[in-house]
Amino acid sequence: MITSFDDLLPLMPLLIVTATSVLVMLMIGIRRSYIATGAITITGLLAATLVAVSMMDWTNQQVTPLLIIDQYSLLFTVVICASAMILAVLSFPYFFELDDEKEEYFLLLTIATIGAIVMVSSNHFVSTVLGLETLSMSLYGMIAYPLHSEKSAKYPLEASFKYLVLSAAASGFILFGMALVYAQTGTLSFASVIDLPQAGLGEGYSIVAMLMIVSGMAFKLSLAPFHMWTPDVYEGAPLPATAYLATIGKAAMFVVLLRFVQISDALSFDSMVTVLTLIAAASMLAGNLLALMQDNLKRILAYSSIAHMGYLLLALIAGHYTTGTIAVEAISFYLIAYVIMSLGAFGVASVISSSEKEFDSIKEYRGLFWRNPLLATTFIAMLLSLAGIPLTVGFIGKFYIFLSGVEAGLWMLVAVLVLGSGIGLYYYLRIIYRMFMPEKHVQPYRVGGVEAVSSYAVLAILLFLLLLFGIYPAPIMSVVAAASAFI
Amino acid sequence: MILVVLISILFLGGVLAWLSEGLDSKFPRVVALVAVVIDLLVMMALVGADTDGSSWIVQLNAQWIPRFGISFHLAADGLSVLMMLLTAFLGIVAIGSAWSEITERTGFFYFNLLWTLAGVIGVFTALDLFLFFFFWEVMLIPMYFIIAIWGHENKNYAAMKFFIFTQVTGMLMLISIIVLAYFHYIQFGWFSFDYFDLLKVNTSSAIEMWIMLGFFVAFSTKLPSFPFHSWLPDAHSQAPTAGSVILAGVLLKTGAYGLIRFAVPLFPEASMQFAPFAMTLAVISILYCAKVAFAQTDIKRLIAYTSVSHMGFVMLGIYAWNEQALQGAVMTMLAHGLSAAALFMLAGGLQHRIHTRDMDHMGGFWAKVPRLSFVALFFSIAALGMPGLGNFVGEFLALLGAFQASIGLTVAAAFGLIFASVYSLWVIQKVFHGAYRNTDFDDAHLDDLSRREMFYFAAMMIGLIWMGMYPQSFLDLSATTLTNLLNDTGQIFSAQGGGL
Repeated sequence: MITSFDDLLPLMPLLIVTATSVLVMLMIGIRRSYIATGAITITGLLAATLVAVSMMDWTNQQVTPLLIIDQYSLLFTVVICASAMILAVLSFPYFFELDDEKEEYFLLLTIATIGAIVMVSSNHFVSTVLGLETLSMSLYGMIAYPLHSEKSAKYPLEASFKYLVLSAAASGFILFGMALVYAQTGTLSFASVIDLPQAGLGEGYSIVAMLMIVSGMAFKLSLAPFHMWTPDVYEGAPLPATAYLATIGKAAMFVVLLRFVQISDALSFDSMVTVLTLIAAASMLAGNLLALMQDNLKRILAYSSIAHMGYLLLALIAGHYTTGTIAVEAISFYLIAYVIMSLGAFGVASVISSSEKEFDSIKEYRGLFWRNPLLATTFIAMLLSLAGIPLTVGFIGKFYIFLSGVEAGLWMLVAVLVLGSGIGLYYYLRIIYRMFMPEKHVQPYRVGGVEAVSSYAVLAILLFLLLLFGIYPAPIMSVVAAASAFI
Repeated sequence: MILVVLISILFLGGVLAWLSEGLDSKFPRVVALVAVVIDLLVMMALVGADTDGSSWIVQLNAQWIPRFGISFHLAADGLSVLMMLLTAFLGIVAIGSAWSEITERTGFFYFNLLWTLAGVIGVFTALDLFLFFFFWEVMLIPMYFIIAIWGHENKNYAAMKFFIFTQVTGMLMLISIIVLAYFHYIQFGWFSFDYFDLLKVNTSSAIEMWIMLGFFVAFSTKLPSFPFHSWLPDAHSQAPTAGSVILAGVLLKTGAYGLIRFAVPLFPEASMQFAPFAMTLAVISILYCAKVAFAQTDIKRLIAYTSVSHMGFVMLGIYAWNEQALQGAVMTMLAHGLSAAALFMLAGGLQHRIHTRDMDHMGGFWAKVPRLSFVALFFSIAALGMPGLGNFVGEFLALLGAFQASIGLTVAAAFGLIFASVYSLWVIQKVFHGAYRNTDFDDAHLDDLSRREMFYFAAMMIGLIWMGMYPQSFLDLSATTLTNLLNDTGQIFSAQGGGL
């Protein structure tokens, strides 16, 4: 129970973001101003980020049975708040010309962020569901946001409905699994699952319950074979919403999966290991193979995200076989890397696009390097990082994954990872090659006004982080290692 | 510290070259040339330096990623210095060959060229395996750009193939490196990627073979050796001349260097077991690629296949693993670096002049461009192994050493020398002799070699003659390194019956 102010203190980042969303709502009620709502959102998220950073060293507390605020959840609170802030900055010019009420977008964005923060701090099924649904509900709105604009992104309504229906089905799976756990143990904390095999109905029952939960989560993470929705939703959603779904949505869900698997010791069942191994291998192969023939940047990134989630799952499985925190570190580092490089890649597409005209076909990136060298350099760096090439954070991330896979002796999955990455090079290089082609028959990009300046600034920051963590990763590694000890 | 200077001059020079394009599109080449010349001069300080018995001339070791025992460990011994000199020398030659050929986006071109060279110098000096892999990949990306942007008609395919081949096999090497470091962790309780630490790791023979294969595949792709050679003809025929020069002259040598420095010393037992297979692959490369070269009509593809064939001698020498064979391998690397670079420059020069690489369209050029033809003849007979020139010394020593290891394979490999004469003289006969014909191309720009070109070719000729006439000056430089390597691994080879 929360009895004193001290109990509230660990929740500061969550409270700040919540307060921001209330403020944004009031602001919209009083006087609609796109600039003011944007500024409040960005400031609030920045404040939450800074507060979370300052709390990391000394906060380790279970706040009510629902939320655990430790170094690990704070690390990802920082990642989520910072990413949400970056996305707010990128969204601002994107929706600037939208011919509709556009202030509520920031409201949805902050509420989604509340959900994500709850998820990364959750070690209880109730908070997991609350966070997950808060996040998903807001995302439905964000995906369908440019609905009334005539020239808007192609299929926002279709994408939103697809996500709504399939996501609800997945939530149903998760809830059913939780109900099975509750029926036998009578509690809803992750830790209770450990007692499940002893509680009456035995191993088979436990495996069914866990499979329900894990497959629901796999759906949200778009792991194969639960990935069908991903390319359509990515393509239909406006770019900043796609980026939100791809980065914060995935990272928050993976942290929940990680905590669940680690606390419940789900991998002590061989059949769970088999299922997850198959899912991981299928994701790495399907994601990379299906991306080969795509011409739409958002679809390519959608398929590539499927593959990246497969890489992460490899490390998750490795966690069962390794001693120490190496696998958790690998997952955490790779998630951070993945968030940075995905934000960068979507960010580049977002700054040249607007809700009126999206540049999402790779043909439209022809000659980008000669038209805008700095933007193209950023994009190339992000893509090379996604491909796992040195000098970038993506390489260190992949190194971590390889290391945990080798320590665990998962040779089959490591071989699939090499194969998948090899295939993956092809479509990343295809985009890069386009950027170097002569700039003939090209459409003019959106010329950003003063409102777009900050977008370029955040892209520069992302590029800086990408190279810093790629060339001198020691500091971030020690932060990740310290936080990983709490899992 | 001097090694850091060597690498940073190239990195910074590259950035400066790119920036200087803003002032004038002719500046980047000057900046690049100055940077590489300075580098070459700095390297001279390392030649013949006093080493107090150990083979390492300079070392630098700084912490980089302490979590995994990864350090920024650079060091150079005689072998590294030789390879670095070759790199810098061919870097200058490459800039010369690009001087008037590259006219578009010059800043970015020289940026990529210098960064490739920086990566190569890093590869030749890195003694931490993580760092080595880092540089191994760093030299790859700018090379990809060079082929993909300034290449010829089918550049996208060639660049992609080059990148995927080297990157995927590189990943296998990365896994091997990680497994090796993990074994160090198991045996000593802490992670290390340092060369000297990893030399002490004991691995069981089955695992050792797999780890060794990871290294071998990466290095023999870069070398390249049959069956991983198929990227090379595409990359060479599509790359701009300067790209071919760097690729043939320097990048291929990193594969051979990796075999000598890492693959064999780290896994002596597995290498010994594997040596017969490796030598067989080498002989197949020598003979098969010589045969394929003979069937080409594209002059650059032909030279590319001859490269594979000649690099087969390097592999043969390395896996024979005795003093003559290793000296021969190193000599062949140097001599082939010069002769192949020169041949690619000639082919590139021809393509620049008449816009075709198809030898069916050429004939009787001696009458029209005598200087160019003479230079072509010189480097062709150098490549085919004429005594008195560097290639002969290298291939002869390699065969001499290999003879002690396997008589049958050496006899088969020696046929490569005969095939080399056949295809080299065939090219000379087809392109330069006979009646001049220009029906298939516009010969308005078919001029003889300019003074600048003659200067570069003359420098390379002198190099080859020097290597051929007085090879001792090169052999001395690498001798200490090679004897130390043999001493460290030698017992294992002799204990198991010697000579593989």
